[in-house]
Amino acid sequence: MWPIIQIELFKIYKRPRTYIAFGAIAALILVIQMGLKIDGEAYAAFLMKDINDTLTVDGKVLNGYLICYILLQLLLVHVPLLVALIAADMLSGEANLGTLRLLFTTPYSRTQWVLAKFVAASLYTILLLIWLAFLALFLSMWIFGTDDLFLMKSNYVVLIQEQDVFWRYLGAFVFASFSLLTVAALGFLMSSLANNSIGPIVATISAIVFFTILSTLNIPLFNVVKPYLFTTHMNNWKEFFDIQVNESNDAITGSILNVAKIKNSIIILAIHIGLFVGASVWIMKKKDILS
Amino acid sequence: MSVIKVQGLSKSFGALKAVDQLSFEVEAGQVYGFLGQNGSGKSTTIRMLLSLIHPSQGHIEIFGQSLTDNRSAILEQVGAVIERPDLYPYLTAQEHLTLFAKLRKQKITAAKIEATLAQVGLLSRANDKVQTYSLGMKQRLGIGIALLHDPQLIILDEPTNGLDPQGIADIRQLIKSLSKDQGKTVLVSSHLLSEIEQIASHILIIHQGKKMAEGPTSSLLDPNKTIVQIKTLDDADAKQKLMASAYRSNVLERTEGLYLTIPKLEIPALNAFIVASNIDLVSLEAKNSLEDYFLQLTSTF
Repeated sequence: MWPIIQIELFKIYKRPRTYIAFGAIAALILVIQMGLKIDGEAYAAFLMKDINDTLTVDGKVLNGYLICYILLQLLLVHVPLLVALIAADMLSGEANLGTLRLLFTTPYSRTQWVLAKFVAASLYTILLLIWLAFLALFLSMWIFGTDDLFLMKSNYVVLIQEQDVFWRYLGAFVFASFSLLTVAALGFLMSSLANNSIGPIVATISAIVFFTILSTLNIPLFNVVKPYLFTTHMNNWKEFFDIQVNESNDAITGSILNVAKIKNSIIILAIHIGLFVGASVWIMKKKDILS
Repeated sequence: MSVIKVQGLSKSFGALKAVDQLSFEVEAGQVYGFLGQNGSGKSTTIRMLLSLIHPSQGHIEIFGQSLTDNRSAILEQVGAVIERPDLYPYLTAQEHLTLFAKLRKQKITAAKIEATLAQVGLLSRANDKVQTYSLGMKQRLGIGIALLHDPQLIILDEPTNGLDPQGIADIRQLIKSLSKDQGKTVLVSSHLLSEIEQIASHILIIHQGKKMAEGPTSSLLDPNKTIVQIKTLDDADAKQKLMASAYRSNVLERTEGLYLTIPKLEIPALNAFIVASNIDLVSLEAKNSLEDYFLQLTSTF
């Protein structure tokens, strides 16, 4: 199947649309970094205003690690939309062009083509995430330097020592890859249902918005399904930044407060990926290629 | 040896029966013309031959193997252009051929790719993106992709669409050469009798999804032959009796009656056979010559 994966990657590489997402992420991150570089101290003071009377924080609060956290909070909500641009076009875009006929009259089976396309879309998604990590983490570390990570949660603060932060970001990015692959798989499923490019992209984005709202609303009726919605789990990369404390309330270096929650989320997301891709294969195998 | 053998092939889209109980055979080395007006079921049939559309009913054998069971092995030996030449606008002709060369088991060399580009007249534009090509150039590139792996069976659905007169002549020559010089089997469809009659050794006429006539081009276009329509009180009985007679290979059953393709001079003998066989005849009508009939069927513009 490697030749057809290569072909799919080559087509992604040659398609102008591919670079929109890379450009958009770079533009957003650079603008935010520039803003924080120029006016970051005021922003940090605003964040800390409620605890300044009770807590004194030494060191550089606005360091590369905190900037990365801020960026991920902002961007990991929007990156799925960029992933949808490519993933939701993988099958329907070819149907729209008419090139699906060319592919499906080769000796490779439809299952092989669909899986190769998903692998290619997944690699694209992971590359996008690596690009995001490079800009959000490494560039921020270079511009702002590093120090302990000080996070303000809704009703508590977390202080993670500098040497205990980097691996958490690696974990968070691996987790985020599952989230984004779920979006890619959903886009793929939508793509298998249509013969034009725009419909599946809009449908994927709409589905993400719809399920995110369901995941966020605290209504008993929705609470039953919430644990099974992929959108409930997509933002759980933040769990890597909740740390266990000992009896003296000191942070335990190298610990994660709720590992089970992370594992559960990864399982739920992986199940969604499997279901979405499986459904796409089934639909494409049954489909008459008319366009 | 039959390269393609189709038996009782049907395809329905909801209430529409696009192809209805179609059967035919294509022998090795033939240029087999598939003739019918737009919407007659040609493309649907071709798509079923290429496993793009799942038949509602019927069986397809290619190279003596069931298409359902041996799809991959069969398609390794098939090259096709289906209707429009749909390609990737952001890739060049060279890139298209290089990509499609990777999809074949056999190694396709850079020299073969260059030779194919030259064969379809695109060598000088090989590195231009397809989005800058005319329709005719795209059609030629589509044919190049179909021929690249040197297939035994070539299926061309309306291959001269969008080509200028010289391009049409070139494709005609190419198809003839593929059959005559290289022994390839070619199935080519068109809605133009004038197009098909110049290249095909055999013709199948399809109309509203049904086979109307089939046979060697020289025989079908014989001006002495005519189509006779027979209406009876009991078509099933009449068909049974005709199928048991010397007329069996000439009988086609349609909703509006039975049709026989026979020389004009045999009409009195047919009439005598009907009377002798106690067929309850309502009418026997000699239609146009076959050529006129084909033109009537296929001339939509």
